[in-house]
Amino acid sequence: MYVAVKGGEAAIEAAHAWLAERRRGDEALPALTPQQIEQQLGLAVDRVMAEGSCHDRGLAALAIQQARGDLIEAAFLLRAYRNTLSRFAACEPLDTGLMRVQRRISATYKDLPGGQVLGPTFDYTHRLLDFALAAEGHTPQEAEAVQATMPRVTELLAREGLMARDVPDDGTPPPDLTREPLPFPTPRPLRLQSLARGDEGFLLGLGYSTQRGYGNAHPFVAELRMGEVEVMLAPTELGFAISIGDITVTECQMVNQFAGSAETPPQFTRGYGLAMGHGERRAMAMALVDRALMAQELGEDVTAPAQDAEFVLLHADNVEATGFVEHLKLPHHVDFQSELEKLRSIRAAWEAQA
Amino acid sequence: MNVIPPRNAPAPVRSPEGEARGRESAGQPVRSPEGEARGRESTGQDTAYNFAYLDEATKRMIRRAILKALAIPGHQIPFGTREMPLPYGWGTGGIQVTAAILGPRDVLKVIDQGADDTTNAVSIRAFFARIAGIATTTHTADATIIQTRHRIPERPLREGQVMVFQVPMPEPLFKLEPRLAETRRLHALGDYSLAQVKLYEDIAHQGEAGSAYNHPVMVGGRYLMSPSPIPGFDNPKLHNSPAIMLFGAGREKKIYAVPPYTTVESLDFDDHPFKPMRAPHACSACGSTTSYLDEIIADDQGGRIYVCSDTDHCGENQRR
Amino acid sequence: MSAALLEADGLHLRFGAVRALDDVALEIHPGEVVAIVGESGSGKSTLLRVLAGHMAAQAGRVLYRDAVGDAREIGALGEAAKRRLMRSEWGFVHQNARDGLRMGISAGGNIGERLMSAGTRNYAEIRAAAADWMARVEMDPARIDEAPRNFSGGMQQRLQIARCLVTQPRLVFMDEPTGGLDVSVQARLLDLIRGLVAELGLAVFFVTHDIAAARLLAHRIIVMRHGRIVEQGLADRVLDDPRHAYTQLLVASVLSA
Repeated sequence: MYVAVKGGEAAIEAAHAWLAERRRGDEALPALTPQQIEQQLGLAVDRVMAEGSCHDRGLAALAIQQARGDLIEAAFLLRAYRNTLSRFAACEPLDTGLMRVQRRISATYKDLPGGQVLGPTFDYTHRLLDFALAAEGHTPQEAEAVQATMPRVTELLAREGLMARDVPDDGTPPPDLTREPLPFPTPRPLRLQSLARGDEGFLLGLGYSTQRGYGNAHPFVAELRMGEVEVMLAPTELGFAISIGDITVTECQMVNQFAGSAETPPQFTRGYGLAMGHGERRAMAMALVDRALMAQELGEDVTAPAQDAEFVLLHADNVEATGFVEHLKLPHHVDFQSELEKLRSIRAAWEAQA
Repeated sequence: MNVIPPRNAPAPVRSPEGEARGRESAGQPVRSPEGEARGRESTGQDTAYNFAYLDEATKRMIRRAILKALAIPGHQIPFGTREMPLPYGWGTGGIQVTAAILGPRDVLKVIDQGADDTTNAVSIRAFFARIAGIATTTHTADATIIQTRHRIPERPLREGQVMVFQVPMPEPLFKLEPRLAETRRLHALGDYSLAQVKLYEDIAHQGEAGSAYNHPVMVGGRYLMSPSPIPGFDNPKLHNSPAIMLFGAGREKKIYAVPPYTTVESLDFDDHPFKPMRAPHACSACGSTTSYLDEIIADDQGGRIYVCSDTDHCGENQRR
Repeated sequence: MSAALLEADGLHLRFGAVRALDDVALEIHPGEVVAIVGESGSGKSTLLRVLAGHMAAQAGRVLYRDAVGDAREIGALGEAAKRRLMRSEWGFVHQNARDGLRMGISAGGNIGERLMSAGTRNYAEIRAAAADWMARVEMDPARIDEAPRNFSGGMQQRLQIARCLVTQPRLVFMDEPTGGLDVSVQARLLDLIRGLVAELGLAVFFVTHDIAAARLLAHRIIVMRHGRIVEQGLADRVLDDPRHAYTQLLVASVLSA
């Protein structure tokens, strides 16, 4: 007589206990602290903030620790937490023109006002594993952020009429991706919001594809800047904006060619990317994909995956993606049973005919 | 009666303070700003949650979507899904619908593959017990809300009961047409020839409809709907049911519904009518020849036995 | 509206600086076959698309007299009404069969789709109609379950035609129906079309750059150049006695059979 296997609850508890053990690892070693993660794995923290859509270094670091280093799992933790927070205001748009720049480069001009500032970049390191790091490590030298006038490259081009200016803000609040579902066709603000929280790997692959012929792109980095910007908030009680702190962001403006149409003269077009913290790869990939998604509006042929808004935007969110992919591990035996019965029935009919 | 009462619950008190106290002792914290702050400060992770986790504004938003859905049976209503503490794919849509309609006197049953004790059903039931403190049950007869993944209970539902289905892909045409902008138009135009043609193809090539589960249904004669991945065997239970059927797709951000006593017809041809299918065996545990069966591989030689997928139903049959 | 089945007047359409349609007016009567000829860039394909409701002109209108006698302005039709019209009283045969067929669906499914769209729910009936039409377009009904990707170009065009005709439309638009096909295949296809047109009393607008096809099928010919109609009239008259310089050029350039 068959007795159904029970004990799902006990199994789950045991699984969680084992997970906690694994998370801690060898007890002889000192435990990680979220503070260490926040400071010494800063780029992981930046990524989790971006994909978790929440700027809080401490929480992101905690999420990374709880997730045992799985950054998508950490982003999920942060997103779920974000949802429990009540929202009481929105800040003004960040003015990256006033950024306290730590890094600023332009590939389109050899030199420009404000100069090329390398900043803390991997770009010119030699990729040789540094075993000295495994030992005591070096003391970092504190570098100062640069205080210099840094006009935007895109502004320089716009003044000459070679680049279209973005449509000026008319004051209507932009739609909020975290409150409403994505409509299709998708207006640019929502596209940018989706890309800003999209999986870095997915965006990277798509951006890469545009450079290799899948979609137009003759992209140039007009400007990449990373540094601190102030977050301004105008409480209704005060009636004017005050600074509530500053955050580090990375901004990339890509310049692409455009042939022009009957109504508009040939001009450069822009792709835009913005990431929390120091996220150059993300900001650049985002700018490439942003430009690719403009194809339809600019009257270009939509031929490549990166240009297909539904394809890109519906598959960019890694928390959604991992949920659906991994849910295949859940029991599906009822549906599989139906498939079995159907196949048996069809086979029987097929054999009867043969 | 197999109703598991809320944790530590005394008899419910009626005065507002008393109600608040009553909820507290039911093991579910009351949301007060100071309490919230204290909760966060002391543990860093343990926060005070609103009843059923979602804040009231979110619940209102979801309820509005549910009302629209009931007003237009079978039509998908977009909604602003929230990230839940369970992953997308694990039933966040169903969980949000349940959370939005749950009240303190509800009795909740959660099943997955027809059983109350599959791991995810256990996990979801524990979640609601923790953040709502409501009574839970494994008996279909005693439940007011039944959240389900992939099955409808064998026992006929009655008025006053609500089924909440977990839906992975709400769009019945998605395999034929992945573009949402296009399927939206097709629904608006009532143009379902794609689905009918697919059915024609299945019959032409294999003699019968191809979908063993998630077989599309026509609701109220107007909208084509995905019944969620329930086996075709369960489709007839949707037709003219006294219960309210709610469908939640979290990741895809859609809610839809079938109000009580609505016509729900599986897509077919007049001369090839839809055939609900089950394994042609009797349940090894209770002997039923009418319930949907799970196939269990019993030994190394591939020996098989068949057992009711609906554990509550099987249990009841055995008790008779 | 006159007794015409479809009439258009004052059609204008510009793509940037290019005038694709420049003050075009025409009409077609039940049972008439009208060929629209011209070289590439003449605007003939654009005209067909505007007449068939696939594209909107920037000025002018297209009027269609439907089966119950009502004059319908195509530009003012809602999406649902337009779709119904396109699946019942109208047909469109694309130059490339891929645009007019579901390549992954069997021949029977392709032909049956319009019937299913119109509400037919009997599988046997649909199948019988599909087989019948396959025979009428000279395809082997035994291939009813095969997918179009297994068919030759000529067969795919026949399938497209069958798919359109199954609802007995009154007006069919054809865009270079024999383009890209072998000469002998073209000839057989044109013969088939001619036979069906006569048998079913169809009105047909077809676009072609092939004068010979126009002569074979059309009652009337419309000659287009740079978005304008430069000449129109009875087929024989236009081809034997072209009046406009451009028409003369076109006709003269055709090698006599």
